[in-house]
Amino acid sequence: MKLTEAPARIRSFQVPYVLDREGLLGVAMLLPAVVYIVALVGFPLVLAIVYSLSDVTIGNQTIDFVGFRNFDAVIHDATFQKALKNTFIITVVSQALVLVLAKILALALSADFRGKAIVRFLILLPWTTPIALGAIGWLWMLDSTFSPIDWVLREVHLLGPGTLLGPDRNLVWLGRPNLAMASVIMVHTWRLLPLATVIMLAGLASIPQDIRDAAAVDGAGFWRQLFQITIPLMYPIMAIAVLFGIVFTFTDMTVVYILTRGGPVDSTQVLASWAFYKGIQGGDLAQGAAIALFLFPVLVGVAVLMLIFARRREIA
Amino acid sequence: MGMRHRLLTRSGLYAVLAVFVLFAAFPFLWMIITMFKADTDLYSPGNNPFLFNDPPTLKHIDLLFNDTAYKTFLLNSVLVGMAVVAITLALSFPAAYSLARLSGRWGEPLGIAIFLVYLVPPTLLFIPLSRVVANLGLQDSLWSLILVYPSFTVPFSTWLLMGFLKSLPRDIEEQALVDGYSRIGAIFRTVMPLALPGILTIIVFSFTLSMHEFIYALAFVSVSDHKTISVGVPTELVRGDVFFWQSLMAAAVIVAIPVAVVYSFFLDRLVAGFTLGAVKG
Repeated sequence: MKLTEAPARIRSFQVPYVLDREGLLGVAMLLPAVVYIVALVGFPLVLAIVYSLSDVTIGNQTIDFVGFRNFDAVIHDATFQKALKNTFIITVVSQALVLVLAKILALALSADFRGKAIVRFLILLPWTTPIALGAIGWLWMLDSTFSPIDWVLREVHLLGPGTLLGPDRNLVWLGRPNLAMASVIMVHTWRLLPLATVIMLAGLASIPQDIRDAAAVDGAGFWRQLFQITIPLMYPIMAIAVLFGIVFTFTDMTVVYILTRGGPVDSTQVLASWAFYKGIQGGDLAQGAAIALFLFPVLVGVAVLMLIFARRREIA
Repeated sequence: MGMRHRLLTRSGLYAVLAVFVLFAAFPFLWMIITMFKADTDLYSPGNNPFLFNDPPTLKHIDLLFNDTAYKTFLLNSVLVGMAVVAITLALSFPAAYSLARLSGRWGEPLGIAIFLVYLVPPTLLFIPLSRVVANLGLQDSLWSLILVYPSFTVPFSTWLLMGFLKSLPRDIEEQALVDGYSRIGAIFRTVMPLALPGILTIIVFSFTLSMHEFIYALAFVSVSDHKTISVGVPTELVRGDVFFWQSLMAAAVIVAIPVAVVYSFFLDRLVAGFTLGAVKG
């Protein structure tokens, strides 16, 4: 009796003390990560805002505040306007394509078939490959003289003298404004399709089989199941897939930097690449920071939406 | 009728898959064909570009490894990757444990806040960070990347591990506490071994993300000797306007395929993190 009572008494006496220590330990274990993040994300973010309100350059790093002069100058710059428009066009078009294609691909991949592992690996390649290296591959695919796409088009008589796509031997994908934009959109679609697909596959897997069975018993065909069960149930997770796609496309400069350097004549310039050219290569840190900050409102919007959809998913 | 219908949907399925596989993998096929081509074959516009009109050659791969800084880029990427993995583990495992077990009702909102940091992109931060890096004297050094990369690997890894740790039963570590181990002792004895799959996932994630990163590496490092794969290949393997396509393609494929293989194994767990499903455990 004594033996069991004694530890119990000691425990009840120690509980607040232990809790206190546990709390302290919790803080101590969390703190390094938080400090790191504050120092290397929070602080630079504030610094970006400070820069954007100042006249700082790489040559002259003393910070004198100039109000909203940078934003004013940036907004009235034709290249910036073009970059802003392009960023939105590229993001919206590529993510719309990704949404539709990923939905189809996820449905196809959820079926059983032989060789699934290899198919999955191949389909994932664009996402798992470092984007700079993938983009280099596309640069060569879209080459002005040796593009294999052009070669195939010539072989099927869609390109070349007297054909639909014109008399030239090559389309010069990256040399014409519209085709260059299409190319950038294509590469973004290519890269983000796998991510959206695997997210949607996870969503498909989470739909309980009995709901499908019940619908099948009730005589719902493929399309009816798709539109009345699968899509409504997957709606939150599809939204999350698209939101990630938006963040990764909207803020990317790698694809544009490698494929076109923003050209021809700024026709594919995006906010991120324009911020780089102004801020790092041009040395105008203040204007570069101001340009990059135009990304921020969209990111805040995405974050808010993501929280809303994540919550809805938990309720569902 | 039923049989025919099934056959039809079956071939429809294969047709759909074939189109997607072609779209996803075609650039890699094209890269692999290119890397073995002789100059005379590659640069004859009349040739069928998918065939070897001249015998395949290893000359350009040899050139890549022996006459360019490719090996240095590889080594730099691996060094940065390993250091980033170490820092990420050291910071995110304790943080994730704290959020999962020791922070009570604050754990979840704090975890979500940390996750949201992952959405702040390098393109928003690289300009101020380039000055921070310069003022610390780290410009053109691998240390600049080792310092900055954990700023995006730690948030996602903490989030992922937090979800993982929450899914582990508490009984085992509580038993260890009753057995007289300290909390830290219990973590090392019981939680670490069980969390190994989660830890492996963040090792792979941090390493591949360091390999992938482009913007910081482009902005912080401009000397050839300290470039990583992702920036070195597109900027240094091009002389003026002359692209060495075979070597370039080899450089990309040699890195891309192994990274893709490793990444694929861990993808499902990463997706659990992306879908925010990790909270539910």
